Amino acid sequence: MKKRKLSFSGFGQLTIPLIAIALLVIFNLIRDPGFFKIAISHNSNGNAVLSGNIITIINGASELAILAMGMTLVTAACGGQDISVGAAAAIAGSVFVKVLKGASQINIGTVILAFLCSCVVAMLFGSFNGTLVAVFKIQPMIATLILFTCGRSIAYWINGGATPTVSSPIITSIGGFIPGIPVPTPVIIVIVMAVLFRLLFRFSALGLFTQSVGINGSAARLNGINATFIKLLSFIILGICVSVSACIGVSRLGLINHETLLIDIEMDTILAVAIGGNSLGGGKFKLSGSIIGAYVIQMLTITLYAMKVSSTDVKAYKAIVIVLLVVIGSPVIKERFGKMIRHLTSSRKEGPAKGAQE
Amino acid sequence: MQEEYLLTMRHIEKRFPGVLALNGVDFSLRKGEIHALMGENGAGKSTLIKVLTGVYQMDGGEIRVDGEKIAIKSPQDAQNKGISTVYQEITLCPNLTVSENMFIGRCGAWVKRRDLEKKADEILTRLGIPARSTQLLGSCSLAVQQMVAIARAVDMNCKVLILDEPTSSLDDKEVKRLFGLMRDLKAQGVGIIFVTHFLDQVYEVSDRITVLRNGELVGEYLTEDLPQVQLVSKMIGKELEELGSLGETEDIMFGDKPVFYEAKGISSNEALPFDFSIRKGEVNGFTGLLGSGRSESVRAIFGADKVTGGEVTVNGEPVKIDRPIDAMRHGIGYLSEDRKRDGIIAELSVRENIILALQVMNGMFRPINRNESEAFADEYIKVLNIKTASMETPVGSLSGGNQQKVILARWLLTHPDYLILDEPTRGIDVGTKLEIQKLVLKLAEEGVSVTFISSEVEEMLRTCSRLIVMRDRHVVGELTGKDLNQTKVMKTIAGGEA
Amino acid sequence: MNKAFWKRKEPLNDTQLLMTITIVIFFVMYILAMILFGGGFLHVQQVFDMLNDNASLIIVTCGLTIVMIGGGIDISVGAVTSLVVMSCVLYLNKGGNIFVAVLLAVGIGLAFGLVHGFLVSYLEIQPFIVTLAGMFFARGMTTILSVNPQKVSHVAFNTFREKRIVIPWLGYTANNGNKIPARMELGVVIALACVILVWMLLKYVRLGRNFYAMGGNQQSALMLGINVKRTRFLSYILSGLLSGIAGFVFMMHTGAGNSTNAAGMEMNAIASAIIGGTLLTGGVGNVIGSFFGTMILTTIKKIVVASGLNDPWWQSITTGGMLCFFILLQSIVLGKRAKKRKT
Repeated sequence: MKKRKLSFSGFGQLTIPLIAIALLVIFNLIRDPGFFKIAISHNSNGNAVLSGNIITIINGASELAILAMGMTLVTAACGGQDISVGAAAAIAGSVFVKVLKGASQINIGTVILAFLCSCVVAMLFGSFNGTLVAVFKIQPMIATLILFTCGRSIAYWINGGATPTVSSPIITSIGGFIPGIPVPTPVIIVIVMAVLFRLLFRFSALGLFTQSVGINGSAARLNGINATFIKLLSFIILGICVSVSACIGVSRLGLINHETLLIDIEMDTILAVAIGGNSLGGGKFKLSGSIIGAYVIQMLTITLYAMKVSSTDVKAYKAIVIVLLVVIGSPVIKERFGKMIRHLTSSRKEGPAKGAQE
Repeated sequence: MQEEYLLTMRHIEKRFPGVLALNGVDFSLRKGEIHALMGENGAGKSTLIKVLTGVYQMDGGEIRVDGEKIAIKSPQDAQNKGISTVYQEITLCPNLTVSENMFIGRCGAWVKRRDLEKKADEILTRLGIPARSTQLLGSCSLAVQQMVAIARAVDMNCKVLILDEPTSSLDDKEVKRLFGLMRDLKAQGVGIIFVTHFLDQVYEVSDRITVLRNGELVGEYLTEDLPQVQLVSKMIGKELEELGSLGETEDIMFGDKPVFYEAKGISSNEALPFDFSIRKGEVNGFTGLLGSGRSESVRAIFGADKVTGGEVTVNGEPVKIDRPIDAMRHGIGYLSEDRKRDGIIAELSVRENIILALQVMNGMFRPINRNESEAFADEYIKVLNIKTASMETPVGSLSGGNQQKVILARWLLTHPDYLILDEPTRGIDVGTKLEIQKLVLKLAEEGVSVTFISSEVEEMLRTCSRLIVMRDRHVVGELTGKDLNQTKVMKTIAGGEA
Repeated sequence: MNKAFWKRKEPLNDTQLLMTITIVIFFVMYILAMILFGGGFLHVQQVFDMLNDNASLIIVTCGLTIVMIGGGIDISVGAVTSLVVMSCVLYLNKGGNIFVAVLLAVGIGLAFGLVHGFLVSYLEIQPFIVTLAGMFFARGMTTILSVNPQKVSHVAFNTFREKRIVIPWLGYTANNGNKIPARMELGVVIALACVILVWMLLKYVRLGRNFYAMGGNQQSALMLGINVKRTRFLSYILSGLLSGIAGFVFMMHTGAGNSTNAAGMEMNAIASAIIGGTLLTGGVGNVIGSFFGTMILTTIKKIVVASGLNDPWWQSITTGGMLCFFILLQSIVLGKRAKKRKT
């Protein structure tokens, strides 16, 4: 009995997103048995690469998954969400391209330099948001509304109103495939980011501190945790995630368009966090949930595309699925459902319940 | 005979997942009586109250008001049936005015502001409550807010008034005023259910006592027939001799022990400047009425509020303590007054709550690994006898006393040289209180300095060898040796005029 | 205690204080604009134009303010407005009746409010996610209805739409000596009526006070005998209803439906409400403040244009800066107050 309970509580948060993925997989298999076929094809450069719907899904969700990781941390620490990630990504992407354009030639060194520059800028904007939230105690959504409003305009200004392009084999391989490796590079980057986060939580107490701050900021402070710093840090880490996804986004197209780069991604990111079973009110969190949430969203989108739904109409269908997911996950429905199950198994449970009371 | 009962509850049952919180409890209330509902934490008092007010739905039993069987579906439903409650935590809206708070949820669809304000002022004046109807509730003191809540209940012509720990945030004068109000209501035929932890208050005001233990009814007694000693033993289910084993503190002379902590003119934005020192292995205490500045003073020592001045030495070395982490690095631990707000991280597990302070001191990049933390948690759960299903249980689901022990464990794990305990025994049962008192004395023997604050003077007399008395945010006296007795303490608190 | 004591005027509460700040800043800004730029700002028509352009935003903000006072959020308002516009345009172009079009607008708004309210209050799902889904749904439905812009060809509606309230004595004399009277669209009247009605609702109706109670402290509201679930449900219904009305007003202003209609309106509405002194935490706010919040946002845009900075990105940067200014100001003012109250 005890064992069952433990495994249930540890797994419970991921139940819904995992069920959602399973349902989508089954649905697609019924609809088109070949949906998940993975093939090795040759791209324009003549490299052997993996292709197929599943690769498209996993590849396409990369930016979302990376942002969802950072957003989870911000949500947990601050009990609110950053709605400026798309706008900040436009800025970070513009900086990335600007530095590359300024360099005489594009090689590994300049790409890394450009990435670092965009990282620093994204972290600066992250700390601007973070300062408003942590120092001035402004609700995250309102604080980030400022950057949301003017971020893409700042990107426009950096780009001088144009949509500059960068073409280089290095950029192409970041957004596509590294020669000789059949797995899309963005997917590798997601794995690297996830491992980095894992290591961060393994070799620091950031997880415990973040959750403490999110659940009870006052108590955390009295236990010597610098709540301001933890909140600020979460925004800065999100800044890194923003810059990584911006660079992926720019590399995919080889250009920066401040209007369209990662457009509307903030909403999808927040959704990914919520579908992953994390409370948007902060506190306890599971990073894996948010990552799975990101893939659920992407899978849904690709499934709809495969069903010949146009890209503008997708939102309507997506909304219906989202509502279904959150309704199943809602506390009220869970309780009703739990009561039903308890009712069915009440005879078996009577004994231990009395024992536990003593 | 049947008629005089205002309220009868028969065989009330309430179960939560895994726990039978109320097991066939009976309770009855007569017209115009003040009936104290007593029991330790987890005895089922709050559950019974919540069943009666419609917050919880009972799983079995029946409730009759005026002999008529009723079902209470929601707090609103309870109010409509004449059952009003004033909870321990203020349950009014601070962003509305006093009059709105008194009439919201029960006035007509159109709010006639002027009329309501006039009516509210009449009631406030009649009951002698120092508040204006147009005032924002948030700008009143806690005591006044509580009285406004009672005024609301009174005006709703309630038959049954439930006061759940109404006195825990009031000072003596306010308690007197509240009792006056209660007696007035009693004379008008209102039945009052009074829940409190203060035994003296029970004997001062109540007519009858019902005792619960472990979700079961122990019995109903007339107050005059039940001596205080017996009441306590009925509540905890043990004979008093077992409790009395805590010896009187001997007059230990600390003069030769080295001073651990000394502050000169320390102040914060909450506390006025004061001097303070404590020697190794000494137990001292701050006493004074609520709001006298005793909590604010210890918070200044710990750096919990913004420290604005003063010189501090620890072990003779001048140090700077501006933030809690500074204090912790110098071996100071602080258990705060408000356990829910400043203590527990409710959704985290017992284990995580226990290692929290140690982890903070280790720093972010030296995490305590799983095995170590489990060993720590295991050890302290045993040492402090924490009752929890497992170390992974969220601490929020434990009873108040056990939550307090978890926080104690958290600080003990850091092996502090100096521990500040602000109201560690508030709102927890008698048994745990004694355990904590014993622990304090044991720590002192091991050379840990302890500052102890409690609302119960008797408790402080038992544990402390020196008492610092505060009044109106100033230190007004320091009592040691022979002066450590109830009368002297009371006199110093009251400032001689009383 | 003497009578004067009871009659003493209470200090401004948080809502009133924040609203006063907003109104004062609006007038200061507008007067500065009059002095610095003169021209259009000196004509009453300028204010009317600002109202004409923003009538639907004002209505949407009213609804959002109600939800925010109740401690919730509704980010679907812009998308619902857009869907209403598209549906009504298509309906009218099929030869529909204006009266039925109004019902359609209100009906769509109510339907969204109903679903949002049910999911948020009775199933206890986070409002952000629910209304986000609502926003996706409304946007998606708009493009499903029509990807291409649709112009209203309904004759009766167009005549109705062209109606202006003309106030000659508020007009001005143009350079060529012609008298140009001030003109106001009918939508503005609807918008102002909404503001006044919502203001009265929040101040004089029990339901309105319940919104404040619920936003201030939900637990307390419950204990005070307020049916919190129903109150929350109603707040979303009102917001949906007002979005529906806003959609109709929007259509009266533009006379066309487009899938990008009212894009970003939800964030403009949130910004207006915040500038007007409504806190996202709930319990504090006022619809009059929200109205002036909208006006401040518009004035900034007008000032940017008047300064010759025609690039649209200047507008959003100044808007962002203004938001930042207001948010910080409110945070500091409220922080100071809380401290003062404590001592």
